[in-house]
Amino acid sequence: MGIRQCSIILHDAATNMKAFRQVEQVGGRKNRDRTSRLLASGGRGGLLHCNTRGEERLLKTNMMRRPTILFAAAMVGLLPALPALAAPPDSLTLGIALEPPGLDPTAGAAGAIRDVTYDNIFQGLTKIDAEGQVVPSLAKAWTVAPDGLTYTFDLQSGVTFSDGTPFDCSIVQFSYGRAMAADSINAQKQLFAPIAKVDCPSPLKAVITLKQPISTFLYDMAWGDAVMVAPKTAATNKTQPVGTGPFMLSRWVPGDRIELVRNPHYWGNAPKLAAVTFRVIADPAAATAALLSGALDAYPDFPAPETVVKFQHDPRFTVDIGTTEGKVILALNDARKPFSDIRFRQALAYAIDRNAIVQAAYSGYGRVIGSHYTPSDPNFVDLANAYPYDPAKAKQLLQEAGVKPGMTFTITMPPPSYAQRSGQLVAAYLSQVGINVKLESVEWAQWLSKVFSQSNFDATVIAHVESRDLDIYARPHYYFNYDSPTYKALYAQYIAATDPAAQAALVEKLQRQLSADEPNIFLFALPKIGIWNAKLKGMWSNDPMPADDVTEVYWGP
Amino acid sequence: MRNLRILIGGAMTLIVIVTALVALVWTPYGPTAIDILHRLAAPSAAHPFGTDAFGRDTLSMIMAGAENSIIVALAAVGLGAVLGIPAGLLAAARGGWTEELLMRGADLTFAFPALLTAVMITALRGPGAYTVMIAIGVFTAPVLARVTRTAAGVIWVQDYARAARALGRGRGAVTRVHILPNILSVLTVQITIQLSLAILAEAGLSFVGLGAQPPAPSWGRMLNDAQTYIYTAPFLTLFPGLAIALAVLGLNMLGDGLRDAMDLRRRRRA
Amino acid sequence: MGAVTHYLLRRCATLVAALFFASIIIFIVLQILPGDPALVILGPDAQADTLKALRHQLGLDLPVWLRYLHWIGGVLTGHLGRSTAYDSSIANLILQRIAVTVPLAIFAMLLASLLAIPVGAWAAARRGAVDGSIMAVTQIGIAVPDFWLALLLILIFAVHVTWFPAGGFPGWWHGTGAALKALVLPVVALAVPQAAILARVTRGAVLDVGLRDYLRTARAKGLREGAILWRHAMPNALIPVTTLMGLQFSFLLAGTIIIENVFTLPGLGSLLFQAIGQRDLILVQDLVLLFAGLVILINFLVDVLNAVIDPRLAQNLGQGLQ
Repeated sequence: MGIRQCSIILHDAATNMKAFRQVEQVGGRKNRDRTSRLLASGGRGGLLHCNTRGEERLLKTNMMRRPTILFAAAMVGLLPALPALAAPPDSLTLGIALEPPGLDPTAGAAGAIRDVTYDNIFQGLTKIDAEGQVVPSLAKAWTVAPDGLTYTFDLQSGVTFSDGTPFDCSIVQFSYGRAMAADSINAQKQLFAPIAKVDCPSPLKAVITLKQPISTFLYDMAWGDAVMVAPKTAATNKTQPVGTGPFMLSRWVPGDRIELVRNPHYWGNAPKLAAVTFRVIADPAAATAALLSGALDAYPDFPAPETVVKFQHDPRFTVDIGTTEGKVILALNDARKPFSDIRFRQALAYAIDRNAIVQAAYSGYGRVIGSHYTPSDPNFVDLANAYPYDPAKAKQLLQEAGVKPGMTFTITMPPPSYAQRSGQLVAAYLSQVGINVKLESVEWAQWLSKVFSQSNFDATVIAHVESRDLDIYARPHYYFNYDSPTYKALYAQYIAATDPAAQAALVEKLQRQLSADEPNIFLFALPKIGIWNAKLKGMWSNDPMPADDVTEVYWGP
Repeated sequence: MRNLRILIGGAMTLIVIVTALVALVWTPYGPTAIDILHRLAAPSAAHPFGTDAFGRDTLSMIMAGAENSIIVALAAVGLGAVLGIPAGLLAAARGGWTEELLMRGADLTFAFPALLTAVMITALRGPGAYTVMIAIGVFTAPVLARVTRTAAGVIWVQDYARAARALGRGRGAVTRVHILPNILSVLTVQITIQLSLAILAEAGLSFVGLGAQPPAPSWGRMLNDAQTYIYTAPFLTLFPGLAIALAVLGLNMLGDGLRDAMDLRRRRRA
Repeated sequence: MGAVTHYLLRRCATLVAALFFASIIIFIVLQILPGDPALVILGPDAQADTLKALRHQLGLDLPVWLRYLHWIGGVLTGHLGRSTAYDSSIANLILQRIAVTVPLAIFAMLLASLLAIPVGAWAAARRGAVDGSIMAVTQIGIAVPDFWLALLLILIFAVHVTWFPAGGFPGWWHGTGAALKALVLPVVALAVPQAAILARVTRGAVLDVGLRDYLRTARAKGLREGAILWRHAMPNALIPVTTLMGLQFSFLLAGTIIIENVFTLPGLGSLLFQAIGQRDLILVQDLVLLFAGLVILINFLVDVLNAVIDPRLAQNLGQGLQ
């Protein structure tokens, strides 16, 4: 690594245009071979240009299809004697575990869509930063009327989409209108339900009127589902995304990689990286190998907790154990017997050694939780010890609940490894207190229909990844069928509260209520295990939102 | 030499069967008993094959896994035999359109490799030992049908079979009295081979997650888990694979030895 | 000749019937598959009206028979349809994946043949101790599951010494070198068990044809043994060998899918698993039909070939499956 990108300017543009892109995207040592090959084959008296900025300019030229110049090559191959002067590389290859099904965050729920596109390709009026705070994005400022019903957004000027389409208030009207329309296929359509209308008093001012005040509106509009899309390209964003972000798609090889390059029309400061490649490597061993060999520069959400130690002892890598909003729970169907009995649920909580589960399922990374809330939130209450591991107590509670030894129920497990591993461990612990667990693996499609939609299950292991999602326990007929008037009343108070101190107090009460009722067994908070090249700066430590935002990432010396 | 092969193959098969039987009543540790403190422990006196990510004893899991492999293989080949052998006999006995229909049906079934069938059954009703049994059984049936048809065809043109027909005996009776006993040895060999293929197929399907579900031990799934830990606990990749190879090798040698012994007998007779 | 023509015609008719039945079976299975494609795309928070809108967009609200006709009509006219997950042409998706799977299978078959045919022929020609030890090795080769061999290869060549990648595929446009390197371990893992089977069959075939007549006649003409083996015995022995290679195809296909899984290669196998997971129904239908169709077609070609070469052979074809 540590390769300076150079550019060779040739006159025969058309044939080399492709070569340029290839070299541009490979980065690293592979460039050497290609450079020599290209020089050998097509070195027609070109001009050598050896700085990254030159290459950046070339890239832009390329994108605008001006038929002049050409391709970038690796310095190492050309001037091997000068490695000390080498500038840092400006391309990045990231590993992701799941391939996004399409690249349109307004037409699908998969987290992987957001991993690739959030703020990199698509932007909304507001965005969530690395700390989880709402910050300006396409709206540079806003005011909220005292009644909480009117939001006035000042839009950034000079913004265009990567195809040149200008961004203004009409785009806001279009994007939100599309998400709210009757034939909308937005996965989070309810986010837009409070919107009554969007007005455009001037091209750079958007006034949004709500039907009722909603304290989370600015946060909601930062979701990937609320990004700005242009009328001309909205229908094809799934395969040819056109957004306002600093990057744009250059190539997608299904099943393998998604390659982004700088958006030449970007309105803000150009990102330091010229090219970003997302490679789909789900297998833990292959992911480890790819990082070790340098085929990947970073894996923001590393799938092999067992091998983290290997990287921690290797100075070439940075290991950053951060937090996500993911709460892994053993969700119980509270409408079924004996799960409807609080003593039975508490018995399950006592019977499971959650520290051991974190140890075995996540090599000790991840933190035991005692309620449906993550430690990353300022209002988090640590209730991890509400039900310490105590099989004797569990047996006693089971007896009180009238549950006979040999009682059997089924845990339905979706495919992710946290679910598969936790399910097996839970089954092993429960067998020690005389409960037989039948494990049933299902595909994601079946989990959604059977468990989530039809509520046809006993228990399941699942991670809820939305932040601050205490509302799901107040929803009627949500899949785990928790129905507590006390909780609902508390939640209503919380939603109505405007004073931050009162809100914080209520959030605490809600967490305690959940811990006391134990509608589900709260297992642990999913960690974000980030591993990357030690020279790489600006990677996100935490995952406040599903995103691999690389807009601020750069290579240090 | 040939007897030696039968002997070695038989001994290996016996080892696997005895292991499975012993595992029914005794394993060094519970095959599903977890021990987080001793997870991913390298082979030692306490755990000769080491422990997995949950601290389960690999030796115990392999012993219990033998049971799974044998049961799935027997059930799958049994299913294949129940479907395939009568079809083959019928095709040979009747010929004509019946044969054409049955044999093309066999071709069609054969066009769905066990993996494809298993993937579809899994999508329909979830993964598991039954899914694998059915998938392998469905794939075995046309093979046995073809072998039966061919072997029976050879007998049908023999003088004694023709004579029996000429004497007015029904096709069913001739099949029962003359055909079946004479093709039994061919079928035995083929079934032995199919059993070894079934063990391989079961391991492969479990490896991709379609087979027996946890915590039921399965050699294929153990290997899949082992891949995850190939950096931290490479020894996990070794033993389940050896177990599969031993079981398959034993059955193959037994099958080949039996086939050669039969050829020899036939040649002597001729 | 008339008999062979008649046989071929009948075989063609059954080919078409088999493909038709295969398409029906595949379609029916996918119709009763639990799980709603729209729900998979839109996730748990999707609202009822949104799901309905998407189902309409995907054409899932049409009657079953109409969907079958759309699908099969498209396939027959060369339109494989659109993938709902990728929202792109299925033909393109399959072509991209074939660029991994087909080279993998072909290289494996080539390597297996290169290893097996000379070794098998040599064993047959030498007999004795050479034969015995080669046969013992092949016996073990057959018993080793390809995916286990793959793991062992990863352990040695990707973990201990990092000569080859443990998985993944860089694509052909980044230079053939890197792509070939990524295929080395998968190809070896696939080829070794295949080679073991092929070597045994080659040996048997050479023994059958070679030692009977060729050696005697050729030797009488004063030819050397090697020349006899290669120029005279082998061409004849190759008939059963190629027949077996055709029949092995189904196993090779399954093996390729599993090996792709081990090495996380973006081939047809991983596409199939992914398509099922995402309930990308048309894509699953096309892929399963493609796999089944290939096996049917290759069985057909083998039958035809053999009927043409040697009408007597057609009878015994089915036997060589193991």
